[in-house]
Amino acid sequence: MSELTRLTLSGALDGLRSGTFSAVELTRAHIDAIDAINANLNAYLVTTPERALAAAAESDGRRAKGEARPLDGAPIGVKDLFCTEGVRTTAGSKILGDFVPPYESSVTANLWRDGAVMLGKLNMDEFAMGSSNETSAFGPVVNPWRAQGSNRALTPGGSSGGSAAAVAADLCLAATASDTGGSIRQPASFTGTVGIKPTYGRCSRYGMVAFASSLDQAGPITKSVKDAALMLSSMSGHDPKDSTSLDIETPDFAAFVGRSVKGLRIGVPREYRIDGMPEEIARLWEAGVEWLRAAGCEIKEISLPHTKYALPAYYIIAPAEASSNLARYDGMRFGHRGEGGSLTEVYENSRAEGFGEEVKRRILIGTYVLSAGYYDAYYLKALKVRRRIADDFEAAFSQVDAILTPTAPSAAFPLGEKQDDPVAMYLNDVFTVTTNLAGLPGLSLPAGLDGQGLPLGLQLIGRALDEGTLFSLAGVMEEAAAFTARPQFG
Amino acid sequence: MTIDAATVRKVAKLARIAEPEERLDGLAHELNGIMKWIEQLAEVDTRDVEPMTSAVHQTLPMRDDVVTDGARPEQVLSNAPRADRGFFVVPKVVE
Repeated sequence: MSELTRLTLSGALDGLRSGTFSAVELTRAHIDAIDAINANLNAYLVTTPERALAAAAESDGRRAKGEARPLDGAPIGVKDLFCTEGVRTTAGSKILGDFVPPYESSVTANLWRDGAVMLGKLNMDEFAMGSSNETSAFGPVVNPWRAQGSNRALTPGGSSGGSAAAVAADLCLAATASDTGGSIRQPASFTGTVGIKPTYGRCSRYGMVAFASSLDQAGPITKSVKDAALMLSSMSGHDPKDSTSLDIETPDFAAFVGRSVKGLRIGVPREYRIDGMPEEIARLWEAGVEWLRAAGCEIKEISLPHTKYALPAYYIIAPAEASSNLARYDGMRFGHRGEGGSLTEVYENSRAEGFGEEVKRRILIGTYVLSAGYYDAYYLKALKVRRRIADDFEAAFSQVDAILTPTAPSAAFPLGEKQDDPVAMYLNDVFTVTTNLAGLPGLSLPAGLDGQGLPLGLQLIGRALDEGTLFSLAGVMEEAAAFTARPQFG
Repeated sequence: MTIDAATVRKVAKLARIAEPEERLDGLAHELNGIMKWIEQLAEVDTRDVEPMTSAVHQTLPMRDDVVTDGARPEQVLSNAPRADRGFFVVPKVVE
């Protein structure tokens, strides 16, 4: 592929600033790359090349006049969860089918305000419910990485698998993604990319197709830590259209990358040493500890006693919220409408035909735990356990400034391997889901390869609104890890 | 507590998802597997613990009760499965 697509976001912005190439050339290179290999990866569901080239030409015009904006001319991909005005948005579901939003999500509007160029919409698990991209109504995304000596197709993770695969294969400079239980960080770990789920409320949820509203949060997937900082600064910001959006200043996150981390206290939670953790992941985690120690951090073992209850609590709270959020898909105002003899039958058939199996399963669980007689035993109980998990973090953050863990319990696994076992699939999020429940920021960065040559990520967890510290720590770890391996595709 | 076919039938009805009879047993089996795994929450002592309903420590903002958007019927109807003269067309709801 072209040298231009190999660039990081910040490298490309440097090249645009110095006039080495134009936004149109940069965008054209990405469109060509998508044409060449997207059919193998199934990462983009929709491409918008004309729109991209027009936006790039406008960007070149602004730059010529000295009016360039922070991300001006940078071609990016958008997870199909974000409503994009005039461009089909499906959230990976047949029930939205040919939905064309008449409005723009706030996160993408912020990116266009800052000059970014949209290449297209990226595949995902249906309504972001999945860890392997296999629940997408449009077929799974294929990970651009292959295990050594094998040609077996691997999952890019999920639910932001299209975003992660596109970034890893150089089909965009960066991508938007979203994370309800690990959907940014686990795919980042599986594809050798960087992903951050910011503090709940940092990014507006307006125009982002809802899954579980108290957990959903947008964030970027990128090729470097600095790129993630650049993207997050643009994506964040107060939005009156989302009542949970925080009315606070967005820091210049990129300024935190490269800062000294000397004297920071790093917690290593003993409960994350789960049974059956692959030796390679344990070793890499230890390496991460050593990198931070060498940079002057103080390492402390900490305890987060309720960790093992996070996933079961999540699988009550998230389906409960989803069953309520997805009630809007009734076939009346938008989306798929089935046939039926009565109104109720039309509802039932629209939803039976429009939703995939995993989404139906979660709606049924959510409806069950909220139904009369079970609400207290399940839903209320889960909300109390959620409080215990948040309290664990609060106690930990009185002793440490950030927490280091593995991102996922395995490297990318073959497509089809865990499809028949929902609980085994859910366990992918065992290390990531805790921060969604507590509303805290979590960042995954590539730290090394396993014995099969597949990428593995480490996760940094921070205090609420302290993404800056995560970017400083991740910058140090990125340099120490010197992760330069590349996938076979791209 | 186990979920049987009758429970699935009831829950699917509540959720307005048509599930054919022949799928109910399979679904009951799947949901039981998941709920059984979830039951471990019973081990957690949650006496005197306030349920956590939001990850944000802030009160909901208030704004003036005024119209901020609207008067865009074409856009509102642009994705309707059926629309006619500025209205959604829906199945008959009153006999």
